[in-house]
Amino acid sequence: MPEQLLYATEVMLNGLMAGVMYSLVALGFVLIFKASGIFNYAQGVLALFAALTLVGLQNGQVPFAHMINAVFGTHVAEFGWQLPAVVAIALTALVMVGLAVLIEKLVLKHLVSQAPIILFMATIGLAYFLEGLGDVMWGADIKKLDVGLPQGISETIESVTDSLFGYGFFIDNLDIVATVVAVVLVSALTIFSQYSKQGRALRAVADDHQAALSVGISLRFIWVLVWSIAGFVALVAGIMWGTKSGVQFSLSLIALKALPVLMLGGFTSIPGAIVGGLIIGVGEKLFDFFVGPMIGGATENWFAYMLALIFLVFRPQGLFGEKIIERV
Amino acid sequence: MFYREAGDFKTSYREDSQTFPIKFDRWRFWAVLALAYGVVPIFINDYWANAVFVPFLIYSIAAIGLNILVGYAGQVSLGTGGFMAVGAYACYKLMTAFPEVSIFVHVLLAGGVTAAVGVLFGLPSLRIKGFYLAVATLAAQFFLVWLFNKVPWFYNYSASGQITAPSRQVIGFFVTGAQTTAVSKYLFCLVMLTIVAVLARNLTRGTVGRKWMAIRDMDIAAEIIGVNPLTTKMTAFMVSSFFIGIAGALFFAVYLGAAEVGEAFGIQKSFLILFMVIIGGLGSIFGSFAGAAFLVLLPVLLKNVLVGSLGWPTDLAAHIELMIVGGLIVVFLIAEPHGLAQLWRLTKEKLRLWPFPH
Repeated sequence: MPEQLLYATEVMLNGLMAGVMYSLVALGFVLIFKASGIFNYAQGVLALFAALTLVGLQNGQVPFAHMINAVFGTHVAEFGWQLPAVVAIALTALVMVGLAVLIEKLVLKHLVSQAPIILFMATIGLAYFLEGLGDVMWGADIKKLDVGLPQGISETIESVTDSLFGYGFFIDNLDIVATVVAVVLVSALTIFSQYSKQGRALRAVADDHQAALSVGISLRFIWVLVWSIAGFVALVAGIMWGTKSGVQFSLSLIALKALPVLMLGGFTSIPGAIVGGLIIGVGEKLFDFFVGPMIGGATENWFAYMLALIFLVFRPQGLFGEKIIERV
Repeated sequence: MFYREAGDFKTSYREDSQTFPIKFDRWRFWAVLALAYGVVPIFINDYWANAVFVPFLIYSIAAIGLNILVGYAGQVSLGTGGFMAVGAYACYKLMTAFPEVSIFVHVLLAGGVTAAVGVLFGLPSLRIKGFYLAVATLAAQFFLVWLFNKVPWFYNYSASGQITAPSRQVIGFFVTGAQTTAVSKYLFCLVMLTIVAVLARNLTRGTVGRKWMAIRDMDIAAEIIGVNPLTTKMTAFMVSSFFIGIAGALFFAVYLGAAEVGEAFGIQKSFLILFMVIIGGLGSIFGSFAGAAFLVLLPVLLKNVLVGSLGWPTDLAAHIELMIVGGLIVVFLIAEPHGLAQLWRLTKEKLRLWPFPH
């Protein structure tokens, strides 16, 4: 194979992997949007909050240490224990469920039947709040997250491709793990929503709130459930992204990366989130590879949005979104 | 008693259709203008100008602009920061290319350039609606910021990549640059705000504004009764971007003096101004003022309390501030989803009946 094509293939593969990471965040959005019609901007911050909590629990940090020290003049910082990764993850998942209950009780319950833009704004307010809370609880410094996931270049793939094409592909182990996790996650979610009782209730709510209420499904329970699941998805995304680039404020910005994925795939479709993520991942990597050098690089910031924008002009509901039917 | 239409006889159409039909409102309007032009400049100093008044005036302009788009025409936009950047860079290029022309003209022209860009990015709104459009406007935000970062022509090939406003005068007083006094900054922004507010108020009362509102309430129905969606949506994007462009130009030239695009006009700015519009009240000019005042004053207040009075470290205070702002936004949306303007409306209803309860 010619060299250029090999490079392009490698870039494309990396794009696919990056796309999976975007999809992980986009999944949380889709779940909440389907079940409650809320466009949850806080999803990225949820991921950040989950990752911060995970690191904090794992390293035995004292929550609110900075604030306690400022108020009482003490010097507490750590409990001095190290939790095993599994325990810390389980505890963090519990925290996320608690958070979901709180969000439902304190925010969503009071905002039933408000205009979508008001709900959207409320989630932005929530995002600010959680971001501040995360920083106050665990400190704003960049933290290293290590739950034992493999990292670095995958040598097997490099040697295999090297023997096949005479050029070793560079693929990160973490990306492979992320792909596997994403596949497992999506399968689990699909099985849950297709075959379990709660899953059926969830789909019923997504279909029609009032009809679901009239057959005796508790809307509030479903909302807690769906926010818990979104919190769990955020935890997974937080682990992946946190391991990749450290736990820091910029983690919450991955929400912005997930938005064009959503647009492309359609706000209401789980397969859409996956396919959209892959298209965006591959598209932006290839664009940056071929066209980027000509126009100054760093095109990854906006290319996804432009692609989604142009795509939407031709198909306003996204790839797999429900057809928008308007009646007067 | 004093706040009602009764007894205020109008004898011409002109009087009948004036902006403030109630006498007390007209007095209040002139009183506020007199206060803003006559009293505040006497007492203003650098701290008050930079921390409160100038940002309030500029954000008010931006909020009015965004309110026209979101509140009146119903097109949700998250690209405000990007459009402000267009205004700022257009103003900078014009200021450096034509130093002999008045900055007053430059700022208006910068608004014009932004209006053109706004129409361009508004075109997809004909196909894309609701949240899809909101996310699509993020394309404008990210693309424009990237553009101003990457193309050196926009920042005149300066080494730092920053743009710095050269010193310019209006009728003999410096309004940009290092020699500017607090009073001239304040008055320059105030004049701009007055123009924008009067323009916006009258536009929204007339044919154009009614068309916007028709499109907002239901675009298909509006189309059936003869409102052209193309021209209506485009005028909304145009007028809104014009105001936002002016705000961006002032923000850079008068308030900051030097700006780096990602920092000054990032996505946070888009959200901030959207918050102002929502907290102030969608579809209300008064609401734009109220929202801007609220979100300018709140951080100043919090900072003074947390750092000044309690003596907490600044980074901790910044995080707590984030929490409080976020929490307040949520509380506010729960308590009054129609914003401060709704409280004002309720007060006026009560005033009409006062001293009777019903």
